[in-house]
Amino acid sequence: MSNDIGEKTRAEAFMLPAERPIQLIDENGESRTAANSSGEPYAMPDDQALLAAYEKLVAGRRVNDQAGALVRQGKLAVYPSSHGQEACQVASAVVLAKQDWLFPTYRDTVAVMSRGVNPVEVLTLLRGTWHAGYNPYEFNVATQATPLATQLLHAVGVAHAAKLKGEDTVVMAMCGDGATSEGDFHEALNFAAVFHVPVVFFVQNNEYAISVPLKNQTVAPSLAHKAIGYGMPGERVDGNDLAALLSVLGHAVDRARNGGGPFLVEAHTYRMQAHTNADDSTRYRTDEEVQKWVARDPVARMQAYLSERNMLDDAAVATIAASAEDIASALRDGMNSEPEVDPEDLFRYVYSKPTPQLQEQAAMLREEIARETSGA
Amino acid sequence: MTAVTENAAPTTTTLTVAKALTAALGDAMESDKSVIMFGEDVGPLGGVFRITDGLTKRFGEERCFDTPLAEAGIMGMAVGMAMNGMRPVVEMQFDAFAYPAFEQVVSHVAKMSNRTKGQVRLPIVIRIPYAGGIGGVEHHCDSSESYYVHTPGLTVVAPATVSDAYTMLREAIELDDPVVFLEPKKLYWSKEKVDLDALRAKFDGGSSDDDASEPSIGRAVIAREGTDATLIAYGPSVPTALAAAEAAAEEGRSLQVIDIRSIVPFDDETVTNAVRKTGRAVVIAEAPGFASVASEIVARVQERCFHSLAAPVLRVTGFDIPYPAPKLEHWHLPSVDRILDAVDDLQWED
Repeated sequence: MSNDIGEKTRAEAFMLPAERPIQLIDENGESRTAANSSGEPYAMPDDQALLAAYEKLVAGRRVNDQAGALVRQGKLAVYPSSHGQEACQVASAVVLAKQDWLFPTYRDTVAVMSRGVNPVEVLTLLRGTWHAGYNPYEFNVATQATPLATQLLHAVGVAHAAKLKGEDTVVMAMCGDGATSEGDFHEALNFAAVFHVPVVFFVQNNEYAISVPLKNQTVAPSLAHKAIGYGMPGERVDGNDLAALLSVLGHAVDRARNGGGPFLVEAHTYRMQAHTNADDSTRYRTDEEVQKWVARDPVARMQAYLSERNMLDDAAVATIAASAEDIASALRDGMNSEPEVDPEDLFRYVYSKPTPQLQEQAAMLREEIARETSGA
Repeated sequence: MTAVTENAAPTTTTLTVAKALTAALGDAMESDKSVIMFGEDVGPLGGVFRITDGLTKRFGEERCFDTPLAEAGIMGMAVGMAMNGMRPVVEMQFDAFAYPAFEQVVSHVAKMSNRTKGQVRLPIVIRIPYAGGIGGVEHHCDSSESYYVHTPGLTVVAPATVSDAYTMLREAIELDDPVVFLEPKKLYWSKEKVDLDALRAKFDGGSSDDDASEPSIGRAVIAREGTDATLIAYGPSVPTALAAAEAAAEEGRSLQVIDIRSIVPFDDETVTNAVRKTGRAVVIAEAPGFASVASEIVARVQERCFHSLAAPVLRVTGFDIPYPAPKLEHWHLPSVDRILDAVDDLQWED
């Protein structure tokens, strides 16, 4: 006999996140076991997968730090660092198949490059040469969004179209903790659940929305708990644990791909640096708090785990570091080269065919530039 | 193959604007599988104005469907669906109900092509039942065109006739750019004799090189010829302007009426030629006049026609007030009398 209350209880248990964030490798690099709220265990990714992801982790850390230096040198207008969040960034890209889509935010540079986009092209937005530097269709990566949560709805739309067309496509929709307060976050999750589309919502909870701490965004037990209100499963994961992220996000993607519908994952992580170079984070958080997170560093943790398993030795660490250095060097060269901008691009992409008004304005600018060039 | 042959009997029928829009949606969905329609109550109900009547039954609920009640959600989902190869047509149930979607429209729909250097095009049509004159309560009668026309990247049109309703909606759906398609509510039930097959023949691989197949979006039309002054109007104000011209004719004054119909792109050529011909002009619009489309048209005409003008270009618009309650709206909306008064003020020498 079916028992309605029993069914409901099971459904709720299934949708609720586990009692503690999922962790498979602890702060000391030791392996752990973890299961979802129904008791199903999350599998530890195999060593080769972890090693491949670790290389991206190191490259991501190096690009973050290089970008910070480029801002100080005036080569980048602004850079929102994801130093400390690299495991979230790499995992979100690595769990996707080629035909899947990634919808990043402005802080997700490392996720975008982990998907294959050239870092020089990724940073076009932050350099100020154009709003989007890469072709979204080349790697199925949407443009980095600066308004909060608006891109989550676009992700739902791509997934809905994919479903109607019968495509095998999963969409990874990324946002931060602050974005969960926006109306578009609510509408995106609700639409995704109602239309039962293959989207994984991935919230990187790094504790602050610029200066405003999480307690001012929500009083929910966790951001992952919000999932049940929309009728989808939610899970929380240690955001500095690459293995746990790969396992949980991988599960969510597989589930979506197999027709299971949307999934909400909250990663508990920390933004080690200020919001951007324009921010003074000492005004809203203590050095003591920041230091606490140094011990949880995702890169050091994965290095310890892989070394312990004889997957990494000093020579391999050096090789991986050298490869990351090459990426940083190419990024420096790209940013040091004089950016080529064409003033007529101002008018070229507003409409598929410029309006008569834009044609007039382009002609006016052309004349102005010709006058300047001739020194008249 | 064209639908019209020389020997065929004329297929003229009497159609309302509403039915013309329904026919345009159905024909577009028939000819292109990537065209999908969604919004609030557009499914089995057929929309609160019945514009999507029968589409779910005809094309299935995958192609014409109801969404949760959330305008930003509708708009944002349309962006993603367009990114992934579809041509979404969305309905914003009433003009003022579209405001929650405004950020999606302004920050994303309008800018996506520009942000990506044309690599991502968004062929989205945003249908908005628009403006007043139907005795609607608060938030059901806004003239919101100024908000949209001030946003580069959006094409903004407001048809006033049955044939334009059909033709411009089909053109909007075929355009690779996003279009804000303003449907004057008070004209939904106005009727016209049209040859629907001839209108259809311009699409679906029909006749392509005669003058009639030139796009209507981007082109103003002369709705009535006249020699003394030019009335410039769009959307719900066009019939009012025509009525004013009719009344003026009885008093011996010949007024020309221009139907703008496409606000962006704006057809300066037709407008300036028309104003130069008469040397006098009045711009008519329902929206509050301050910083409005009417203001923009006046500015453009003065800039281009200064030496042909016998008088300053005047405006007849709504007052600068929130849209009034139904019992008061007739004092707010441009009327025939107010238009004729403005025409009388055009510094006639007699």
